Amino acid sequence: MELSDREAWTVVHGLLAGTLFLLAFAGGLAGLWSLRAGFLTPAAIKERMRRLYVGVWVMAGVAWITVITGTWIVYPWYRAALAGEDYSGCAGAALPNATNCSPKDFLVSNVSGQTESWHEFGMEWKEHVGWIAPILATAVAFIVTYYGPRLIARTWLRAVAIVMFVGAFGAAVVGGAFGAFLNKVAPIV
Amino acid sequence: MERKTEADRQPAPEVAELGLEERPDGPAAAAMLAAGIGIFALGLFTILNEASVGLHDWFESWEFERGVGPLAGKTSLAVIVWAVAWIVLGIGFRGKDVDLRKWFWASLVLGVLGVLGTFPPIFLSFAAE
Repeated sequence: MELSDREAWTVVHGLLAGTLFLLAFAGGLAGLWSLRAGFLTPAAIKERMRRLYVGVWVMAGVAWITVITGTWIVYPWYRAALAGEDYSGCAGAALPNATNCSPKDFLVSNVSGQTESWHEFGMEWKEHVGWIAPILATAVAFIVTYYGPRLIARTWLRAVAIVMFVGAFGAAVVGGAFGAFLNKVAPIV
Repeated sequence: MERKTEADRQPAPEVAELGLEERPDGPAAAAMLAAGIGIFALGLFTILNEASVGLHDWFESWEFERGVGPLAGKTSLAVIVWAVAWIVLGIGFRGKDVDLRKWFWASLVLGVLGVLGTFPPIFLSFAAE
C-alpha cells in the first residue's frame, strides 16, 4: 500500500479536504437552520454559536485549501502537454501516465473512446466554478460571526445566509463530482 | 440612512435576554456585494480569456512557471477583485444601516452572471477564431 506524491496530493485535495468540507457544511447548515426564535435557551444559544462559528470558518478555510491545492499543485499535472500536438504520446494508452500522456492529453486525444467532453465540459467547468465556494463560504462565515445570536431574530437574513451557504456547497459539489469522475476516467498518476 | 424593516425581524426574547446591542447592516451588505462582485469578475475573466488572445497570454503570465496556465490569472485576479471590493465597501458601509435586501438582490444578479460566465458552453462560445 503506497501512494505516489501526485496521488497523495489528489487525496489531500479531493478526499481529505472534501470530507472535511462536507462535515463542516452539514454542521453549519444544521446550526443555521436551527437558529430560530423559541428553539434555544440563552445558555444553549451561546454553546450553539461557538460550534457554528467553528463550522462556518472551517468550511471556508477548507474551501480555500481545496481550490488552492487543486489549482496550483494538482492541475498542472493534469494539464501538462506531454503527448505532442498530435497526441501521439497517448497512442495505445489505456490510462494517462506522467511521462508522455497527461490526463488532459489522454482525454482530448480520444484514444480510449469519446472522452474529450470530460475535459471540454467537466474539467473546464470544475476548474472555474470551484473558486466560487470559498468566496461564498467566507462571506457567510463573516455574516454569521458579525451578527452572532442576533440572526435568530433576523429571519430573512438567516435565510439569505443559508442560500449563500448552500450556493457554496453547490459550487463545491460541481467541482467535487467532476473531480471524482475525471479521476476515474483519467487519473493523475 | 435606511432602517431595517420590521418584516426582517421576529420577536426573540431569548436573544433579548443576552443583552446584545443592535449592529448596522452595512458590513453584511459589503460582504454580500463583494462576493457577488468577485464571482462576477471570475465569470468575466473566464469569458475574456476566451475572447482575447492578448488577455489569455496575460492571464497565463500569472502562473509563475507553475504550469497552471491562464487559470492562474483568472482566479488570482478574481480573488484580488473580491478582496479589494470587500475592503472598499467595508470602509464605505462601516457603521451604516443600509437596505440589505436591495444589496442582496444586486449581489445575487452579479453572482448568477458570474456563474454563467464559468459555464463552458457559454464562455467557449466567445472563443477567438
